[in-house]
Amino acid sequence: MTTTVTPGRTDRAGSGESVGTTDTRRRLPRIPDRIRHGGLPYLLLLPAIVLEMLVHLIPMVIGITMSFRQLTQFYIRNWGEAPWAAFDNYRVAVDFDAPIGQALLHSFYVTCLFTVLAVGLSWLFGVAAAIMMQENFRGRGLLRAVFLTPYALPVYAAVITWAFMFQRDNGLINHVLHDQLGLTDEPSFWLIGDNSFIALVVVAVWKSWPFAFLIIMAGLQNIPRELYEAAAIDGAGIWQQIRKITLPSLRPVNQVLVLVLFLWTFNDFNTPYVLFGRAAPEAADLISIHIYQSSFVTWNFGSGSAMSVLLLLFLLLVTAVYLLLTSRGRKAADA
Amino acid sequence: MRTRAALAVTVVTALAAVTGCGGGASTDGGGSNESPKTLTYWASNQGPSVEADKKILTPELKKFEEQTGIKVKLEVIPWSDLLNRILAATASGQGPDVLNIGNTWSASLQATGALLPWDQKNFDAIGGRDRFVTSAVASAGAEGKDPAAVPLYSLAYALYYNKKMFADAGISQPPATWDQLVADGKKISKGGKWALGAEGGNLANNIHQVFVLGKQHGADFFDSSGKPTFTSDGAVAAVKQYVDFMAKDKIVAPGNAEYAQNQSLQDFARGKTAMVLWQAAASTFAAQGMKPADWGVAPVPVAAGAPGTGQNTNSMVAGINMAVFKNTKNIDGAKKFVKFMTSDAEQKLLNKTYGSIPPVKAAQQDPAFSAPDLKVLRDTLATSAAPLPQVPAESQFETAVGTAVKELWADAAAGRPVTTESVKDRLAKAQQQMQQ
Repeated sequence: MTTTVTPGRTDRAGSGESVGTTDTRRRLPRIPDRIRHGGLPYLLLLPAIVLEMLVHLIPMVIGITMSFRQLTQFYIRNWGEAPWAAFDNYRVAVDFDAPIGQALLHSFYVTCLFTVLAVGLSWLFGVAAAIMMQENFRGRGLLRAVFLTPYALPVYAAVITWAFMFQRDNGLINHVLHDQLGLTDEPSFWLIGDNSFIALVVVAVWKSWPFAFLIIMAGLQNIPRELYEAAAIDGAGIWQQIRKITLPSLRPVNQVLVLVLFLWTFNDFNTPYVLFGRAAPEAADLISIHIYQSSFVTWNFGSGSAMSVLLLLFLLLVTAVYLLLTSRGRKAADA
Repeated sequence: MRTRAALAVTVVTALAAVTGCGGGASTDGGGSNESPKTLTYWASNQGPSVEADKKILTPELKKFEEQTGIKVKLEVIPWSDLLNRILAATASGQGPDVLNIGNTWSASLQATGALLPWDQKNFDAIGGRDRFVTSAVASAGAEGKDPAAVPLYSLAYALYYNKKMFADAGISQPPATWDQLVADGKKISKGGKWALGAEGGNLANNIHQVFVLGKQHGADFFDSSGKPTFTSDGAVAAVKQYVDFMAKDKIVAPGNAEYAQNQSLQDFARGKTAMVLWQAAASTFAAQGMKPADWGVAPVPVAAGAPGTGQNTNSMVAGINMAVFKNTKNIDGAKKFVKFMTSDAEQKLLNKTYGSIPPVKAAQQDPAFSAPDLKVLRDTLATSAAPLPQVPAESQFETAVGTAVKELWADAAAGRPVTTESVKDRLAKAQQQMQQ
């Protein structure tokens, strides 16, 4: 083992400049030793911290401040002058006996169910497709490209196409289900009434499963083929291989994937907005649209901000619990 | 450690994701003349398409540039986006110099304080308040305050009917009362054809229709102090009557419950629906291949008798106003532009093109506005139209009650019963949303 003496150490040990580093030193501004050895990491982080403040933290603080004010159209130009409301906006939002609280709770339930279904199905399709694509077969490249198409399309264009397809009288969905297959007695409504929830889940899954597919496919590349060969020699069938090798190996990938899909899906705004417009049917009243309505349609930004903060607290809680559980699970697995 | 880092990243992402509310302070005052050579103008979509509007307006803007040397940058904005865009511009202070607003939003937007008030001095700069029809100016802001905008195009609702479909059903003239409309409608609604078109998913349209029916039932949706009265007997009866055209009378196709993009006009142009209640639909029908001889125009029916005031009101005062953002950098140019657009010549030309009625008295005298189509609209505006409540909460009202009616249409389309109680429940919920 050899010990390398760094120029810095030479400086500190010696009386002044070392011969080997003199030229460089003269060109670069001298960083005080205190900063170089104690504060350098923080100095390097500074640009990121400043950007983080500008992009995230300051708007967030503004949003939280708004939630304590009676911010309506009368103050929208100078929101700093809006009267102080203390916790009134929060009280109204969580008063589940009154219509506003009831509606918020309803949209919360709808969003939870929507998220569980959309994330679950996206993940399931992603895993199934990725495993299928592991085998080499003719047309695999083409099929892979086709699978990724929804992920590559602009969201607005894709969802509005779905909105056309879901139209009752002229849409493709009813044309196939009713006219061609005769599965329904009469053409169904998909954009109003209870079925709108199904339409929403279908579009959300269509939109997000390719992302799951992509991530899981990348995760599968890291599993050594030898594991499968050894398992096959020991007599493990395809299901056993998936259960005992594939899924455990994908665990770290899945943890991130499910968390990201959860956050995206829970806050999904584009899909319901493009599909249903600014007033979503009750059955598909996602919380993002609900908060948008409170803020931007009924022009009560204080109330909308309070609902946003409540949603934020919920998401923080879920995320923290999820990370704790998964890290504990990983530690147990590592041990 | 890794968990903590991941947690920190997640926290920040989640925070950013859910607290999307930004806010901007803006400067006060009445504009300046920092950029006297340019103006930005947000025009609402009036014609069959955004592109058509650009074609119609561009030569006029060129004319204005030749006269004044001021270049106008035009953006035509669809109705579905316009209010959001105005709101965003108000909050950020980064709006256009001049813009069109729906006249029903006047009081709501006036309350933000972002629009230039049209006091005596400003009106004088465009030729005076007296040039405009009184009811049109009344729908440009709250009573007792200087208007927040200047009337540009005036409109009223009329009943458009397909002459051939009426003749085929043995009907000789358009219905004058709702009972006649339902009776005629039942004769027509057979074999895939339907009597009346509706836009169940269009919140504003729902509001316009139930407001008029409300007037006919002797009810308004606000009391004299501006408080909502959505659950009054008259208001409930009005909403029920409107939704019953599908639920009980079966003269509206169930599919209309999800219409929000003027599909009912397409159905009319294709001969699937025999009647629509609309404001100046002629240019849209013509764009879809109908000949003017194919359709007729009649006043919107009333409960009994002939259209007039009070319970025989048969339209809201519809129209588009022109407003100036208070913080414009070209205040003089903005006023010149409003003066140009409301000049007699432009009023005649633009209103003829869009099939609307000029709110400028002198322009209204042009013979073109005495054609049978427009005469109905003109007479309605003059004698039997009422402005929607000019209260700051008007835009909330459109959303809350418009959504309630949309949900009731969905019930009717799905075959669920629409009863007085179910209507009242929905309206009660809408009213409680207003009291936030």
